[in-house]
Amino acid sequence: MIFFKDNRAVQKFFHHPLVMPGLITLCFLYTCSIFAEFVAPYNYDNGNREISYQPPSKIHFIHNGKFSLQPFVYSYSFKFNSNYERIYIEDKSRPYSLSLFTKGDKVKLWHIIPIQRHLFGINDSSQKCRLYLFGADPVGRDLFSRIIYGSRVSLSVGLIGVFITSILGFLIGGISGYYGGKTDWLLMRFSECFMLVPSFFLMLALRSAFPIDISSTEVYLLIIVILSLIGWAGFARVIRGMVLSIGKRDFVTAAKALGATDLRIIIIHILPQTVSYAIVSITLSIPGYILGESMLSFIGLGIQDPQASWGNLLGVAMNVADIQYHPWILMPGVFILLSVMAFNFIGDGLRDALDPNR
Amino acid sequence: MRDELIRRLLVSIPQLLLISFVTFLFIDLAPGDILAKYRFDPRISKETIQQIEQKYHFDKPILVQYGHWLVRLAHFDLGYSFSREANVTAVIVERLFNTFILALFSIIITWLIAIPLGIYAAVRQYSWGDRIMTAISYLGMSLPGFFIALILMYVIYISKDMPIISLLPIGGMISANYESLGFFGKIGDRAAHMVLPVTVLTITALAGLQRISRGNMLEELRKQYIVTARAKGLPENRIIYGHALRNAINPLITLFGFEFSTLLSGAALLEIIINWPGLGSLMLSAVRSQDTFLVMGSMLMGGGMLILGNFVSDILLIIVDPRVRKG
Repeated sequence: MIFFKDNRAVQKFFHHPLVMPGLITLCFLYTCSIFAEFVAPYNYDNGNREISYQPPSKIHFIHNGKFSLQPFVYSYSFKFNSNYERIYIEDKSRPYSLSLFTKGDKVKLWHIIPIQRHLFGINDSSQKCRLYLFGADPVGRDLFSRIIYGSRVSLSVGLIGVFITSILGFLIGGISGYYGGKTDWLLMRFSECFMLVPSFFLMLALRSAFPIDISSTEVYLLIIVILSLIGWAGFARVIRGMVLSIGKRDFVTAAKALGATDLRIIIIHILPQTVSYAIVSITLSIPGYILGESMLSFIGLGIQDPQASWGNLLGVAMNVADIQYHPWILMPGVFILLSVMAFNFIGDGLRDALDPNR
Repeated sequence: MRDELIRRLLVSIPQLLLISFVTFLFIDLAPGDILAKYRFDPRISKETIQQIEQKYHFDKPILVQYGHWLVRLAHFDLGYSFSREANVTAVIVERLFNTFILALFSIIITWLIAIPLGIYAAVRQYSWGDRIMTAISYLGMSLPGFFIALILMYVIYISKDMPIISLLPIGGMISANYESLGFFGKIGDRAAHMVLPVTVLTITALAGLQRISRGNMLEELRKQYIVTARAKGLPENRIIYGHALRNAINPLITLFGFEFSTLLSGAALLEIIINWPGLGSLMLSAVRSQDTFLVMGSMLMGGGMLILGNFVSDILLIIVDPRVRKG
């Protein structure tokens, strides 16, 4: 790869002030998402309707005036006020200490390895007291655990989607720019079709062909396909522009004279020249996929409940009254923001490092 | 340039038709249909349903159905919306206006704020003001519109005791007592309802535009003719506003069409969240109820608005930039 040989670019990239924060955030988020079953203290569908919208557990260090180094939480109980709203109060009689590698829900890591110990949690097998870092959702499930599980969908959609998009974009852009003429004209007019309608409308129309209640795996694949279909056109057009100018250079003529096939020239000789631009563009387009998925799931056309994604978790907040009383349901949005921002940081760093004009 | 514009408009017609055909096909693929609710309604006889089917050719193959839709389209008839029980054209025109108002106001406000901020940041590059704006713009570019909307709704909700914010409505386009208000009351009511959506759309677009205008301005300020102007002793204000700014704005105008597209998409989701009766929320409900003609109409209108946006930006560019006019 040209990218790694060029030491100056690598140095410039890491010295960019925003790159490190971006990389660290992403490493953290992706690690959590890969080991979701282990990191999340509860399984994604472990809920208790009795504790619907329990507020985030407060973490204490002082019990009955005595300080202990080990943090602990109290269990919560609720009663109804005069408006029949649940008021949660801490039951300060017994502290439940927080510790690492506690036994909790039996889950299978990556659907294969059965594990019972989780990264952290509280030792209470009855689960009467629960550690809800970000509070509970309407059916009393741990929002933190669900965010961790949801990151699997939200963070992978971007990577897979961008992969498909770039293959399509490289191929169509490459062919279009290399052959020029009628092929070029047709392909470009075709690609414009996808940019002709506002993308959200196109997303809805494409989604409409499939029933709402298909399984979550199918929805997941469908979302990726839809987002890639919408996304490739812009990328292909830029690649085409670059190929158009590269195709006139001497080394392409030389390759042609040596009898290389067109496809070989496009893939082996021309496209690698566009890589540095493509890396930047791809990185900066990942947030679009994360947002696209969360938009669809947010309005209920994407990932469906028990399964979690950041979008459908945030969907609960669609009801304004719910945000007012339970503001912690906005937390998934913070995660969307963090991941999008991290990709933007890295994309900017890449652009500054790879752009010879800067 | 004029020929080029006309050519582009003409090409967009078959493109729009292709997209409309794909949409038509996709809605037809989906299980169930819009007439299902009529079939289960005991008040509606089988004959009536058959009549409807015959009238709109639902009993024919998909290609024939699409052909008939095209013929009606040529007569400016977008068909009948079964879910709204009204003419599609009538439904859409009203919604289109609502969306257009939102988009228009937020575009104007965004440009009025973003460009001066961009110029300021470029002229005082690396000053504290520039740095703060850069930091904020990163946040602004990464904040999804629907999340901003939710946060703002929450903020309005919790600041009920504040003097002005408490007057802001959170959803919808008009209040329940709209009809009883006087003329100015009606205008005020509509304006108050627009504050939230326009703010959200402005925030989402602001950061990007500010960064681009800063970048363009910086690039212009580095060019030779600016050095010449300085050497001739022109006052700095004249250099910035008379020379650099005029050139820095041109690329922004081409962005206008693109801006319009993202704005329409963003507005669509926002409309759904805050119950704004616009094109986006119409599209969602049409898709949900498989109201083919309504979906098709909304798609066409969405596409039409985009084409119009691009067209307007092209014309603006011709007006502003003499190089484009001659080239």
